[in-house]
Amino acid sequence: MSILVNKNTQVLVQGITGREGAFHAEQMMKAGTKIVAGMTPGKGGQMAQGVPVYDTVKEATHHHRIDASIIFVPAPGAADAALEAAHAGIPLVVLITEGIPTMDMVKAVAEIKAMGNVRLIGGNCPGLITPGECKLGIMPANVFKRGKVGLISRSGTVTYETAKALSDAGYGISTCIGIGGDPIIGTTFKDLLPMFNDDPETEAVVICGEIGGSDEEDAAEYIKAHMKKPVVGFIGGRSAPKGKKMGHAGAIIMGNVGTPESKLAAFAAAGVPVADTIDEIVELVRAKLG
Amino acid sequence: MNLHEYQAKEILAKYGIPVPPGRIAYTADEAKQIATEFGDTVVIKAQVHTGGRGKAGGVKLAKTPEEAREKAGQILGLNIKGFITKKVLVAKAVDIAKEYYAGLILDRVTQRVVLMLSKEGGVDIEEVAAERPEAIIKHAIDPHKGLRPFEARELVKRAGMEGNLNKLAQILVQLYHAYEGIDASTAEINPLVVTASGDVVAADAKIVLDDNALYRHPELSRLREEEAEHPLEVEASNYGFAYVKLEGNVGIIGNGAGLVMYTLDLVQRVGGKAANFLDIGGGAKADIVYNALKVVLKDPDVKGVFINIFGGITRADEVAKGVLRAMDEGILTKPVAMRVAGTAEEEAKKLLEGRPIYMYPTSIEAAKAIVAMTGGAQ
Repeated sequence: MSILVNKNTQVLVQGITGREGAFHAEQMMKAGTKIVAGMTPGKGGQMAQGVPVYDTVKEATHHHRIDASIIFVPAPGAADAALEAAHAGIPLVVLITEGIPTMDMVKAVAEIKAMGNVRLIGGNCPGLITPGECKLGIMPANVFKRGKVGLISRSGTVTYETAKALSDAGYGISTCIGIGGDPIIGTTFKDLLPMFNDDPETEAVVICGEIGGSDEEDAAEYIKAHMKKPVVGFIGGRSAPKGKKMGHAGAIIMGNVGTPESKLAAFAAAGVPVADTIDEIVELVRAKLG
Repeated sequence: MNLHEYQAKEILAKYGIPVPPGRIAYTADEAKQIATEFGDTVVIKAQVHTGGRGKAGGVKLAKTPEEAREKAGQILGLNIKGFITKKVLVAKAVDIAKEYYAGLILDRVTQRVVLMLSKEGGVDIEEVAAERPEAIIKHAIDPHKGLRPFEARELVKRAGMEGNLNKLAQILVQLYHAYEGIDASTAEINPLVVTASGDVVAADAKIVLDDNALYRHPELSRLREEEAEHPLEVEASNYGFAYVKLEGNVGIIGNGAGLVMYTLDLVQRVGGKAANFLDIGGGAKADIVYNALKVVLKDPDVKGVFINIFGGITRADEVAKGVLRAMDEGILTKPVAMRVAGTAEEEAKKLLEGRPIYMYPTSIEAAKAIVAMTGGAQ
């Protein structure tokens, strides 16, 4: 088992004829992902990466069973692409694009949440992977080995480092989700924890958080009340000055919101040990799982 | 991107929000000229991209044109938190009866734009929020409906604001139109003044624009002032790097915002201090690494550089080539600690053989080494 994606997940790539879309479609296929169709407006009827390309998402869903869509559309059209996928009835939409105008995301996330039956992940995220079965993202698949730790992260490279460390130590990953570094994103930590709670393959969860916002605090509240499995935390950007945006648009401390102190206190109150380094994440997982 | 007060007020005025008449002066004589034309008491305000102007002596009243010249002369050139004042806004002083606060911010928790209102305006709203949060009314705006006049009127009443209800509500509605229309991430009027004669005016304004949406507003992106930012931040952004100047002496280069933040944390953890945040992004080639080194090494505070790369798509040998080029051209004369994991690690080691560049197997070892090489833990 795993969460969200597995070997049967049939995938549509929006923006498959672009440079990024084409490159990553190929990489995803190599990692075992079942890509069944692509979509680029105006390129319908062509073939790309060995799959048919459609003009609209609706046409693609008419000809194929699509379980998930991954979006490589440039920022000006990215939120619109996510809405197109959602309105075509695709239940899982992964938005990789970075630099999307914030108001576009505010509107798209509000609309998609109101629909109630679509899970949007991202934008500005590396996507997700169930190693050996399905990669719906841009992460290097070779550092992910299949195993028993669920991994959720707001960053890209820290996720890869953590996945590699957990894989090298023999624990491996059940499913890993990079939720994205923007202030307005479709899925937060607390949305994913219940799924890991119910997944028999996942024995522990690692949350790689960072400064800014209050997703870590919300996650801690859920963990305290409901989580049946051990959780290990990590907070990036603990040395960052206030009011400065640290690369990720969401990684900014505003007033007293988003501080590392608040996140550490929330994790402590929920009994979640917090690692200071990525190597320490592995040690804390070892302490929980043996 | 931050706008100056006068630029923010020009935008508000375009959206029909009353602002006191005012013009920009670059010299004391220009300030006198403007005050003469207004023929009234004026307020002279430093236009710098930082808060706390009043406390720093950057805001002064002048009752006569001659006084305006004198006060403007005091403010022009003033250093406010590291920003030199190059221009002042000379505006007609308003006859204040009440001072309120109205602000729109992006709220991550509700994932909406939130309107904040307080009848305690004219002071630092973050202080009000910290000391008496009940003095601030909040309302999350439905992005598909916007802020409707009836909602604005209800909010004005709830906040206990006194004055012409329709005028106050109309300003809030227009403020949201402006926010959406220019793709702001923050738009504040503080104070929102009710004058002795019952008019409502935006006496001060702060607007921050959403950088991601600047492509939709070429007329606003032209307002970007390079001197308002750190010169190295400008140079880095021209290369396409995310760069933030910090206070320490260890230059940092990494790939991925999360990894760079983690690298900063590690340096601090072992007793050092980072001089900057620099993210070269994914898949960087030798020339990108070389350019990153050029930017980082232009900072005179930098005593050594820590390069921390996770090789997913980025190849370690490309990183090494960039470092060697900087060294061969004499740009790089300071110690470098490198930690490059993953793709083409062995090729990188070969390239660096016999060169004074230190490669470490883990981030924490590299952090300890570079902190030791740059003067040790402080």
